[in-house]
Amino acid sequence: MSTAVVTFPGSNCDRDCALALREGLGAPAARAWHKDHELPPGTTSVILPGGFSYGDYLRCGAMAALSPIMAAVKRFADAGGPVLGICNGFQILCEARLLPGALLRNHDGLFHCEDAELEVSAGGAGMLMCFDRRQRITLPIAHGEGNYTADAATLDRLESEGRVAFRYVARDAQGNGAVNGAQRGIAGILGGPAGNVVGLMPHPERRSGAHLHGADGLVLLRGLVAAGQRPGEVRP
Amino acid sequence: MRARVIVRLKPAVLDPQGEAVERALRGLGFSGVKNVRVGKLVELEVAGDAGLVKAELAAMADKLLANPVIEDYQVEVAG
Repeated sequence: MSTAVVTFPGSNCDRDCALALREGLGAPAARAWHKDHELPPGTTSVILPGGFSYGDYLRCGAMAALSPIMAAVKRFADAGGPVLGICNGFQILCEARLLPGALLRNHDGLFHCEDAELEVSAGGAGMLMCFDRRQRITLPIAHGEGNYTADAATLDRLESEGRVAFRYVARDAQGNGAVNGAQRGIAGILGGPAGNVVGLMPHPERRSGAHLHGADGLVLLRGLVAAGQRPGEVRP
Repeated sequence: MRARVIVRLKPAVLDPQGEAVERALRGLGFSGVKNVRVGKLVELEVAGDAGLVKAELAAMADKLLANPVIEDYQVEVAG
């Protein structure tokens, strides 16, 4: 049983994710390559890491969404397997239509690299089981295209179905994320047949131990690993 | 057959890139500039007759060249 961390050309958080799993949690991590047609044997959860896959050509995540490994990730997700997309991984999940919506350039045109206070809006279930519902946590963000957008009907549906996983606490006058303009302050959402696919812009692997000034991110990674090992029985 | 696919952000979608370009143009003294929007032009050659090529280009745009959540596209076939 291990967590597969996928590497696309241009991924740059893949080794950080594997390190956080191995050293932070003592959990096994396997590496998968974008050209692979299958996930590694024994994969029980998947991480699509941050970075700039395919140089962000065309649109962030657009090319990666069509790579061979993504067909395997889709099959895994459709079967209820836990998949976590971080930053560029979130963009890839949206481009692959495993999650609804899209991530636009930040509203102020700037790349933001800073800590963001978040509400774990869907805490208490699935891979977010280790969080309390609406627990506040802090994770670093580092993105130029994190302005989550979808049509109003999709946003309404995400909210009514409890599929807004994370929200930025700091909002502008319209209720959008102050840091990047994300509609309704959405920093991450969940989808898949059992809420088993989660995408978020912030980086949990960058807050995965005392040496990284906190472990809020490790709590998410622990939930991901646990969701793969004991579906429906995840405990903090 | 030479063809072009023009991809634009939907009118309702904020374009910070366009805004930055607009500010830069004003800074150069082009004071009458407004509503700058930056899109993409994909030029390509496709085999086949014009009608089929147009349908194929639309399929390319739907599947990859444009993201229907945030972008519109327009297909042009030369000759």
